[in-house]
Amino acid sequence: MSKATAQPLSLKLASGAFLAFWCLIAAFPIAWIAVMSVKSPRDAFDASAWNVITGPATRAAGNGLSFLDILLGLIVLYFAIRWAFTKLSRLVEQFSPPGFIVLGWLVGAAVYGLLFVLIFFGALPVIFGALNSIAGPLGTPILGLTTEHYVAVWAENQFYRNFINSMIVTAGVVTVSLTVGTLAGYGLARSGSNLAFWLLIIALVFRALPHSVLVAGYLPWFINSAEILRPILGDLSPTLYGQPWAIIAVLVAINQPFTIWMLRSFFQNIPSELDEAARVDGCSHFQAFRRVIMPVMWPGVITTGLFSFLLGYNDFLVTALLLDAQNQTMVPAIAGYFNRETTTTDQVEAVAAAVSITAPLFLLVMVFQRQIVSGLTAGAVKG
Amino acid sequence: MKFKTFFWFVAPSVFMMLLFIAAPLISVFIQSFQITQPVMQQIEVETCTPGFLTQTCVTEVKTVPVINEETGRTETTTAWVGFQSYQNVLQMDKFWSAIGSGNWGEILQIDFWKALRFTLMFTLVTLPLVIGVGLMIALAVNNAAKSLRGPVIFVSLLPFIITPVIGSLSIYWLFVGDGILTATLERWTGQDIAMFAQAWTIELLMYFYRVWHVAPFAFVIFYAGLQTVNMDTLESAIIDGASRFERLRYVIVPHLMPLIIFIALIHLMDCYRVFDEIIGFRSQAHVISLQWLTFDFLTPDDAGNRAISRAAASAMLTMVGIVILLILPLRRTWRDHKGGAH
Repeated sequence: MSKATAQPLSLKLASGAFLAFWCLIAAFPIAWIAVMSVKSPRDAFDASAWNVITGPATRAAGNGLSFLDILLGLIVLYFAIRWAFTKLSRLVEQFSPPGFIVLGWLVGAAVYGLLFVLIFFGALPVIFGALNSIAGPLGTPILGLTTEHYVAVWAENQFYRNFINSMIVTAGVVTVSLTVGTLAGYGLARSGSNLAFWLLIIALVFRALPHSVLVAGYLPWFINSAEILRPILGDLSPTLYGQPWAIIAVLVAINQPFTIWMLRSFFQNIPSELDEAARVDGCSHFQAFRRVIMPVMWPGVITTGLFSFLLGYNDFLVTALLLDAQNQTMVPAIAGYFNRETTTTDQVEAVAAAVSITAPLFLLVMVFQRQIVSGLTAGAVKG
Repeated sequence: MKFKTFFWFVAPSVFMMLLFIAAPLISVFIQSFQITQPVMQQIEVETCTPGFLTQTCVTEVKTVPVINEETGRTETTTAWVGFQSYQNVLQMDKFWSAIGSGNWGEILQIDFWKALRFTLMFTLVTLPLVIGVGLMIALAVNNAAKSLRGPVIFVSLLPFIITPVIGSLSIYWLFVGDGILTATLERWTGQDIAMFAQAWTIELLMYFYRVWHVAPFAFVIFYAGLQTVNMDTLESAIIDGASRFERLRYVIVPHLMPLIIFIALIHLMDCYRVFDEIIGFRSQAHVISLQWLTFDFLTPDDAGNRAISRAAASAMLTMVGIVILLILPLRRTWRDHKGGAH
């Protein structure tokens, strides 16, 4: 950088301070609810920040970490994370069959997550308990910490059911909307016709529609669908209201405008000479798509898939109105906590549920940060 | 690409959009002029209570819904009611009487106008804030050391990626009752503060939440745009003696202008359907939005009835609003398309 563009110290300091301030604001609410969720209700809603962090009431109730626990825990955590980023990726690449690397990662991540939970919450407390009893002053608890709210949420309130429903809905949304959207995005990217332009504009208008408008259209049909469909399907006709797969169809459709815009801009980046060469060699359009484009489209598809995942995972409005209580996904289920949130214990359980919903998203940003950034900019820079 | 091939590529996607977006729109449009009610009948019921010597019998006329013998459900009729549902939502008579008497504040007592006021104000207040804050973060990150940029982007993405309901809840818990920030504020000011007892403080928190949630999106896009700023132009501006601010104003901002318009358009669409904040902050008693109004009509009341036709009317009115907001940007796109290479 030349001398003329060098910045005075005051400007550098101001810019650095602003950045630090922004990072604090960005992370604070999320970090704070994570801290609250592991304290006893009295500590979690204490007026003093120091008490919330150290948790004296939690410690007094016998749930605490000693200096030794914290030190050893951090060491184990460090090696667990390092192992995930070095050995795990090698193992996944070694054992997954060629072409199924994504599937391999999914299985690998699930197994890793399970092992992590078993070691951290199953094995370590037992070992640490034994160590603490012989460690003397280093073994006395100094930091209050309890997992009772998570146990209450996941085991007693059966939050895992909502988790499974969320996973079914999001997996369905991602697969179907990518399958349908990839074809359309490719078609739109390779066709310069007026029709393609109008389709994109209509998709843009559809993207702007408030979801409640659409749900107002679905509800009467979904509730009465068994009677409406009876003449066609006979006694097999389903009531669509409360069915996860009906929600998947709805969310896929709502997501379609965004998906085709994004995938179109990714496909425009793939040079069209590539499929033209395949066509010259005698492929039809579909063959060219399958043999030439499919192997190179995955970065764009993964990025778009991330955003479809977010839409399915984060949705409140559609799932709250179209699913009944047994099939509820996680985000609307947390609304159930508001309604009976009478004691502070209920409130902290709601906090624990909220943190449970956020944790997968946190992992998602950690693993896919680059794809998310490229996805955000792809739509904007290409227009 | 031939039309036929193109058709087969886009057919599944277009089919989904027609079935689940276009068809519901038509359905909502029709429903907003109809009303479906259970068929009521009046029957005479004689109830007798034991009395001295003779029973005391009372005959009264009760209105009960007709139950279909075969299906066991209540029978319903659907009638065309014209603009009655719209009238129920808009409450124009109260609106005009409020204007006539000069009490403008009374208009905001009606749910629809209250929701419209908040939705529009929310959209317009957060728009410049999001663009400003996003640009500032992008400039600051561009200024920072290379090794810091990755972690800063990671932290910045968190508010963007978090579930909106959970994000607003996390801020709600900081301020609710004796939440940590309310307690701190109380200590500083020495006053008793209740953030969720009046509308304007809730609204402030909602603006804050939305800027917190969307600024990272603007930041990432501006940051990508800043990487492509033409260095030659910037250097010639320096030679011409432009100050730091002038360089920002006359070189960098014009370069980012297409991105600013893009963000403004996306923000307009997303803000207009503000909804999750109302749930997260539990503000329905004080502040409501248009989308929440429709949601509320669609939620079953205590008797299990959903006000479908009123929901349809309010949904149509919401849609009219978004169409008005989008007309200008769309006309621009159309002109660009006409003037483009096609």
